[in-house]
Amino acid sequence: MANIRNQDSWVHSGEPEQATRKAMDLVRMAVSKVGLLNPLPEIVVGVQQSALVIGGGPSGMTTALELADHGFPVHLVERSNLLGGQARFLYNTWKGEPIGPALQEMDARVRSHPLITLHMESTVTDAEGFVGNFKSTIQSPRGPQAVDHGVTVIATGGKGYTPTEYGYGTADRVYTSIEFDKLTMMGDRRINDAKTFVFIQCVGSRELGRMYCSRVCCTHSVQAAVQLKEQDPTREIFILYRDLRTYGEREELFKKAREKGVVFINYELHGKPRVTQLDPRQLEVVVWDHILHEPLRIVADAVVLATAIVPSSANADLARIYKLSTDADGFLLEAHAKLRPVDFAGDGLFMAGLAHYPKSVDEAVAQAKAAAGRAITVLSSDRIGLESTKATPVLANCDGCALCLDVCPYHAISLVEEATAEGSRSSHIQVNVAQCKGCGMCQATCPKDGVYVAGFSMEQITAQVKAALAL
Amino acid sequence: MSYEPKIIGFTCNWCTYAAADLAGIWRMQYPSNIRLIRVMCSGMVHPRMVTEAFSLGADGVMVMG
Ligand SMILES: Cc1cc2nc3c(=O)[nH]c(=O)nc-3n(C[C@H](O)[C@H](O)[C@H](O)COP(=O)(O)OP(=O)(O)OC[C@H]3O[C@@H](n4cnc5c(N)ncnc54)[C@H](O)[C@@H]3O)c2cc1C
Repeated sequence: MANIRNQDSWVHSGEPEQATRKAMDLVRMAVSKVGLLNPLPEIVVGVQQSALVIGGGPSGMTTALELADHGFPVHLVERSNLLGGQARFLYNTWKGEPIGPALQEMDARVRSHPLITLHMESTVTDAEGFVGNFKSTIQSPRGPQAVDHGVTVIATGGKGYTPTEYGYGTADRVYTSIEFDKLTMMGDRRINDAKTFVFIQCVGSRELGRMYCSRVCCTHSVQAAVQLKEQDPTREIFILYRDLRTYGEREELFKKAREKGVVFINYELHGKPRVTQLDPRQLEVVVWDHILHEPLRIVADAVVLATAIVPSSANADLARIYKLSTDADGFLLEAHAKLRPVDFAGDGLFMAGLAHYPKSVDEAVAQAKAAAGRAITVLSSDRIGLESTKATPVLANCDGCALCLDVCPYHAISLVEEATAEGSRSSHIQVNVAQCKGCGMCQATCPKDGVYVAGFSMEQITAQVKAALAL
Repeated sequence: MSYEPKIIGFTCNWCTYAAADLAGIWRMQYPSNIRLIRVMCSGMVHPRMVTEAFSLGADGVMVMG
């Protein structure tokens, strides 16, 4: 491919003449390479038609059930002793559907499904293999167990950020939104009897260290405000926000909150609200009101912090085990945000839910179904074709010196000995194409041109260099 | 005429090449006198490829991955 869009016209838009010259070079380079291409044989391997799903939150359970309902055996691995993940702490979806009963139903279905093997209090500690043929080690309280599976779905979720500001942990009656939900569900008097509530948004989100939006918190606070107003219209409710993101149809909740008299006050990062304890039952919140142009003082019975969502620490371990990518914040990174949104760059590996990015339960469940759908494209056949970009020995040049065996990161190269016509023995390398990832470390190491990666031979690269230098 | 060095960049398929695509998506701007060659891994670049590029007239070679 001559990459004249992303790597030329878009990055040199200020220098059209040079960009055109570069485009001509890029096309010439591509053509010079194409002229030296050889047809590559298709590589086909068998597929173990079962799945491993890591994480037993709503996402992992949904993917496991979808796959099992389609007839594929699933190993579901959950680190804790409970299924349901973060959703166990939530009350309602944004549409007002109760989450608890839905989770219980999923939990029961997962536990009774004949095709789902549940591994509770377990983690994956090691894995090898490739699409269609993974072997993972599951560590449970009873010891390690190796399982074979064709695809892997990572749904390890996330957790709430623990705030260090706004009096959290030191002042009474300052809660995270999850704690607020819990107290509400239990009918706690600190919520039931409270008259004035202040919600502070973006606590830990969209500031240095965590520049991303945690996505669910605006909707959660606005929805909670509406419910509090519905229970008692005389309550005073303030939402202190930076940008309000009740996206899509969630906008209806925002409109409803406005109609019911919930007060929205914008604050900026350089002038965060201040929270001080007045007495054990009351807090003072001071926020700069940009309409009145003066500080506004609110005496509140409860302050609710809409805290950031942070990724599970497990992402880093699993990234190492399965060679996955994560982004700068530690969330799982998809192969392409638009074209392959639930795939990892590596084949046969998929993701779902909070582990990928903050998202609401309904979005996590939708993504989990997408991951199951993508996984089924692999599982539905007992064979699969692999990339043909593989190390290819040149037997005429290879003298079996074995330098490449040591550098191969995938242990894909072995030495074979053969008797020659003259009766002596000669050795040369052999490549396991299923294990080879085509990285070409062997090619760079070989002093004798005894191996090359199909599609990236030295001749092809030299031809590109020559074309680039307009020779 | 002013001197314009010719730079050859070997870019890893999985990181640098993808990053160069991303630079485009973000409309980042950089000098246009570099020519990127995609390889499957920066570890694939044989020392001979680097010396050869110089002897063919490149003024700089970057191996990125
Ligand atoms: C603070 C906070 C507030 C939220 N508020 C809302 C809201 O108001 N509305 C809304 O719709 N959504 C909200 N969410 C999002 C909602 O919780 C998720 O969308 C939902 O739980 C789906 O998540 P999941 O299954 O991907 O991950 P989780 O629910 O986090 O489940 C992940 C599971 O994986 C397990 N696990 C982790 N690591 C491993 C490992 N290495 N091996 C095995 N198992 C592992 C965990 O124990 C857990 O059971 C909130 C989330 C948080 C953190």
